[in-house]
Amino acid sequence: MPEVLSAPLIVEFPFTRSTGPVIGAFLTGLRERVVLGIRGSAGRVLCPPAEYDPVTAEELTELVALPGTGTVTTWAWNARPRPYQPLTTPFAWVLVRLDGADTALLHALDAPPPGSGDPRAVRTGLRVTVRWAGQRSGAITDIACFEPIPEEA
Amino acid sequence: MDTADLLATVPALAGAEPVTRVTLPARLDYIHTPGAAQSRFLNALAEKRFLAERCPKCTRVYIPPKGVCPTCGLATTERLELPHVGTITTFCIVNIAARGLDVEVPYCYAYVLLDGAHVSLHARIGDIPHDQVHVGQRVQPVWNEQKLGPSLAGISHFRPTGEPDADPESYRRWM
Repeated sequence: MPEVLSAPLIVEFPFTRSTGPVIGAFLTGLRERVVLGIRGSAGRVLCPPAEYDPVTAEELTELVALPGTGTVTTWAWNARPRPYQPLTTPFAWVLVRLDGADTALLHALDAPPPGSGDPRAVRTGLRVTVRWAGQRSGAITDIACFEPIPEEA
Repeated sequence: MDTADLLATVPALAGAEPVTRVTLPARLDYIHTPGAAQSRFLNALAEKRFLAERCPKCTRVYIPPKGVCPTCGLATTERLELPHVGTITTFCIVNIAARGLDVEVPYCYAYVLLDGAHVSLHARIGDIPHDQVHVGQRVQPVWNEQKLGPSLAGISHFRPTGEPDADPESYRRWM
């Protein structure tokens, strides 16, 4: 039986994208620690913001600054994070509907206990808040992750 | 409205330097296992040998071999070794450096149809000014002794042999 060959094979596309007016504003906001949504048809606030209304296709321009707090609408546990994911320890992928928004943002949730993460600490309806990255550059990674808001005693 | 116009409507962000571009690398990290036929090919490269396989039905010769003829769907049972000489069937000059690739630009990249093969290898062309590279040119491999092993990295590049160009009839069907 001959030796079975194997080797790393890395496929990488270093895309640079133009962000456009709305996503550009959203990313600028993240750099300045402000999460922006945008008002769409029927007064709905979309976050992340869209350039065009998903229902009427109208161009949208009314930005809305949102607080960094929100509610988990659904989640999935990631027991073994891969390289380049938002956290190196087990975490939850979450959809977070920020307070004042009508749609949800995909991000990571650092669940307690610190460093190991327990899926039993995560549930739909969990109140969470943004943890900002120390160094921000105008990217979705400017939000390091979300973390639970401690419940009041 | 551009980004600055939109930001001006948000008090906390008025005057902030607008983000207009973002770099989003898409990256897939594989561990590749080449399979039996390609492993034979790669192990032969470590000995500076070009190992190919022939389809029993259409007689096409494949290098690197995949163990199967994609046209006929048959196992390529016959193995053969190809000589260290081939013909450029197409080429380009690359002027933009790919990130993470340790090659100086500009460089010439070409399809090299080894004598007896019906598919081309890809390789750099060197030791010649780029404006003298042409289709039909006869080339031979220059080995990188430090990188010799079960890998195409053992081929540094191909360079002209200096012999007359190949008869177009010899490669016309295999470009």
